[in-house]
Amino acid sequence: MAKSYGDVRALDGVDLTAPPGTVLGLLGPNGAGKTTAVRILTTLLPADGGRARVAGIDVATEAPLLRRRIGLAGQYAAVDENLTGFENLQMVGQLYHLPKGEPKARAAELLERFDLADAGGRLVRTYSGGMRRRLDLAAALVARPPVLFLDEPTTGLDPRSRIGLWETIEGRVAEGTTVLLTTQYLDEADRLADRISVIDHGRVIAEGSSDELKDQVGGEALEVTLESAADAEAAIAALADVCSAPPERGGAVLRVPVAERKGTIAVAVERLNAAGVGIDDISMRRPTLDDVFLTLTGHAAAADGEEEK
Amino acid sequence: MSGLRMAISDTLVLAKRNFLRIPRAPDLMLAFTVQPIMFVLLFAYVFGGAITTPGQSYVDFLIPGILVQTMSFGGFVTAMGIAEDLRKGLIDRFRSLPMSRSAVLAGRTLADIATNAISITVMIVVGLIIGFGFSTSFLEVLAGILLLLLFGYAFSWVFAFIGLTSSSPEAAQSLGFIIIFPLTFVSSAFVPPETMPAALQWFAEVNPFSTTVNAIRALFIGDPAGNSVWGATAWSVGIAVVFAVLAVAKYKRAVVR
Repeated sequence: MAKSYGDVRALDGVDLTAPPGTVLGLLGPNGAGKTTAVRILTTLLPADGGRARVAGIDVATEAPLLRRRIGLAGQYAAVDENLTGFENLQMVGQLYHLPKGEPKARAAELLERFDLADAGGRLVRTYSGGMRRRLDLAAALVARPPVLFLDEPTTGLDPRSRIGLWETIEGRVAEGTTVLLTTQYLDEADRLADRISVIDHGRVIAEGSSDELKDQVGGEALEVTLESAADAEAAIAALADVCSAPPERGGAVLRVPVAERKGTIAVAVERLNAAGVGIDDISMRRPTLDDVFLTLTGHAAAADGEEEK
Repeated sequence: MSGLRMAISDTLVLAKRNFLRIPRAPDLMLAFTVQPIMFVLLFAYVFGGAITTPGQSYVDFLIPGILVQTMSFGGFVTAMGIAEDLRKGLIDRFRSLPMSRSAVLAGRTLADIATNAISITVMIVVGLIIGFGFSTSFLEVLAGILLLLLFGYAFSWVFAFIGLTSSSPEAAQSLGFIIIFPLTFVSSAFVPPETMPAALQWFAEVNPFSTTVNAIRALFIGDPAGNSVWGATAWSVGIAVVFAVLAVAKYKRAVVR
């Protein structure tokens, strides 16, 4: 897919594939083009180039058909403040043209499932942010769509609501829904996505499972926090034959790449003791998606980018 | 479901949504009731004494004019509501649903008819209290009310277009005022156009607002109608069609802001 806004190439030839029943994570900073990709795939925006099929349906030429098979929960809680939770879901069901009686039944069922049954009769403007997001996600599920688009579904949510939403998404996937998830949170992609496409400046710069991506940036590292930063030189010398590459140093913290995980901590502690270096904390650390991101893009994932298009 | 049936069913679903807002947002109710009353009283008592209307009382002259003005303002709720829906991502949701492409706007404008009817009722009651009197038949009065609603409906489509074009609800409101204020004031609504400078007088005479105000005066207080009733109907239908086409085209390409 390609899409430009004037001179800005929002999408510069992005290729995405998600097998049915899996979660494809689209990971990238603000302005990377994630939302543009979702907007094209949900028929909201025509692409300038390339083609895309969702659930086997061409996005550009069969848009009306496709809209029956997808659900979209965007960055905003797109619900009507002056309707109740129940009325919002009922309205969406009516607009999907569900058979008579179904919109009400689905609304009641979803309110129950999303822990909103008690609040279902209240106007949405009295809801908390987390409740609105849950209602928004429920609205995307009204027609039981086989493909679900979630554009930064947890941005701005408190940690508890985030985990609740994650569990709901996992539940949908377990029932066979295919999900395209965009996020700028690496822990979210790590937890939910089967495959991750890292996108930056409108291009896919890496893809694979979370583990594959982490392996790309390198293996395990020993992280040692010293009692005193002054001991760093001595510590590096003591660990010379443990490390597989030159250690990195940041104040009293050493990051020592190692080839082998097994037994390494015991050996390291022994060497450091022998050298008389005091240790505050020591652990094996696998690269996080943050490391992946930093290595691939040269900037952190959640860094303030330009405004998302 | 056939295209037309879908369009009607979706429009009714959304009209209901917009209509439910009214009792639930009491501050909105003020716009439809207190504001028209305020306008009637301000014009009748503040300006009324200074404006001479040969052959009729100022209240009789004013009420048709201010009714037409209020109809043109009725669509403000639509402009702001649509701009708000855009900002909140609701338009994105609607556009991702397998629903009629015109229903969001048609539902809004349809709901405006109901609120405009409330405003008309309130203003006529206030008018009657301060001395306005109908001097035509019941059928003429009824035709006048229908023409007012049609005119208001046409302007709801103008406002739907404004709502989709402006960058925020606030911008929609200012843009609406900039367009509607000159149109309503440089017309025969509040003062006889003969009292204006030549250029304004020319504009006031070709202004569809004047045509509509003159038509309502004919239907309510028996002023000579001329072609005004048919002219006003044609203007209203024309404005509604042109702006409905423009607004729906804009809606299809709407982007969240």
